[in-house]
Amino acid sequence: MKICVLVKEVPDAAVEKRIDPSTGRMDRSGEKNLNPYDTHAIEAAMQLREGGAVEVDEIVAVTMGPESAARALHKAVSLGADRSLHLSDDALAGSDVAATGYALSKALESEQPDLVLLGQQSDDGECYTIGAVVADHLKMPSLTQVIKLDVEDGALRCERQAEYGYDTVSVELPAVISVGDAINEPRYPSLKAIMGAKKKPLSNLTAGDVGIDASLVGTDGSRVQCGEFKDPPAKAAGQIIEDEDTAETVEKIIAWLDERKLI
Amino acid sequence: MTDILTYVLHYEGALNKNSLGAVSEAATRAAEIGGESHAVVVGGDDLTDELLQTLGSYGATKVFRARGPEGLAQPVIDVMAKLIEEHGHGYALFGGGLLGFEIGAGLAARRNAGVTMEVTAVRAEGDELVAERPILGDSKISVSRYRGGLGIIIGRINAFEIRSDSAHAGAAEVIDVDIEYSPWSTKATMVERGEQRGADVDIEGADVLVAGGRGLGKPEGFQLAEDLAAAFGGNSAVAATRAVVDAGWYPYAAQIGQTGKTVAPKLYLAAGISGAIQHKVGMQSSENIVAINKDANAPIFEFSDLGIVGDLNKILPKLTEAVKAKKGS
Repeated sequence: MKICVLVKEVPDAAVEKRIDPSTGRMDRSGEKNLNPYDTHAIEAAMQLREGGAVEVDEIVAVTMGPESAARALHKAVSLGADRSLHLSDDALAGSDVAATGYALSKALESEQPDLVLLGQQSDDGECYTIGAVVADHLKMPSLTQVIKLDVEDGALRCERQAEYGYDTVSVELPAVISVGDAINEPRYPSLKAIMGAKKKPLSNLTAGDVGIDASLVGTDGSRVQCGEFKDPPAKAAGQIIEDEDTAETVEKIIAWLDERKLI
Repeated sequence: MTDILTYVLHYEGALNKNSLGAVSEAATRAAEIGGESHAVVVGGDDLTDELLQTLGSYGATKVFRARGPEGLAQPVIDVMAKLIEEHGHGYALFGGGLLGFEIGAGLAARRNAGVTMEVTAVRAEGDELVAERPILGDSKISVSRYRGGLGIIIGRINAFEIRSDSAHAGAAEVIDVDIEYSPWSTKATMVERGEQRGADVDIEGADVLVAGGRGLGKPEGFQLAEDLAAAFGGNSAVAATRAVVDAGWYPYAAQIGQTGKTVAPKLYLAAGISGAIQHKVGMQSSENIVAINKDANAPIFEFSDLGIVGDLNKILPKLTEAVKAKKGS
């Protein structure tokens, strides 16, 4: 089985995120890191490989993004991927979620994976959606927010929480599965793996290399036009207590509750 | 003429509340842009004419019904793509939730459409719809416009108000749709749907909710939350975040948020909860929100009325004693 894991570089959680007023896009400068949700997808691939229910021949990390996104691939490789693929092209800049999913699906077509794994969301933007876009382009069955993933008789047995409780769904391969963060606890990379990451094969691909129709990507190819932003209605800031003396803190909480007749 | 097609989720013969909100919203917006509100359902025998006609009271003029598997997104994408192809709907609307995200995103791929998710407001500008979506932890609102063709709008849960007008009850026309599903749409099959994990508890009617998250540290940490809820007495209960429910620390029936319950108690006391959007959407209408978290930067402090930065293991036991003492006085 060949598994492709979609990964993304996102601003580090400690960096304050903002919109660049000159472009109307997310300001993606500053410290960056591998999207933390993606580490669960890599770990899920590693556990399938180590689980023994299926022979995993190769785990390939795939990303789309500017030159700097190679760092997310290095991280992915240090966590267990065998090699990586970097789709990068100026023509892709400004792609919305549908255009991004289309471009990624073209890159994946060149790999012919049996399973595509991704994290349930990115830390910096779109929620829950890329997996479903990619699956429709690849004509593969798909499920998102999976929190338990097993291989049984050549098919995937997936569990997830949906609107009415927990669902168990059987999915035939090849398939696109996005995993929730409850699926596993990602391992930490060893020092050796970190040092060796840059030596693992990394292929750089352009939009043309994988047959992307340029009219369907980038700012102009995107069907949603963003770039206008406004402030939400102002909400009065709540009162904050720093707990130094707990007895005093509790007294303040009780007074606050009492004032509002909540006790 | 621009019609809006809304997906309506159902389970065991009942229509989903967020879907009803979306149908209502579609009716209001369709009237503004000179079109009709249509609904689409996919499922089995529980989708009776009587049930579907009730969508008329939320403003739907037509309800398209296809036979197919329930609880899975891809069959619905096939049905909606066919309807949009044949009828030329200008917008597709979803009330939110997991399936709405999956169907809406897949439909965008299928129809080369624009998609906006987590939408909290839709408005008409001329004969077009504009979607507003909070981003960056709700600190900004991004305005999405669609470049012609199909526009897909996926709401945040509880974003659209249910508006029913009994004068129109029974007015929706139910139309059966013949569909041949795509080969890949039938390769996922439901083995079990809607399994309830853990005890059945009622949190929706509580006046005081003590909610626990990962910050409680371990399953036993919930004892602190239960003790505090018990101290409040009367109509109080304990709730939980998705993370701890998925981890098996607390029953699913007590879960707040995106795929759990929506609550609005008089007092919501969040212990060890960071305040992710998926949680916030299920409790932000609470009358008073108190949060205890050791991380001063936790998003929950941005929408709590009283925030305490500190160690809940120290604060909760003392608070429980103080509430008991106060109640006893």
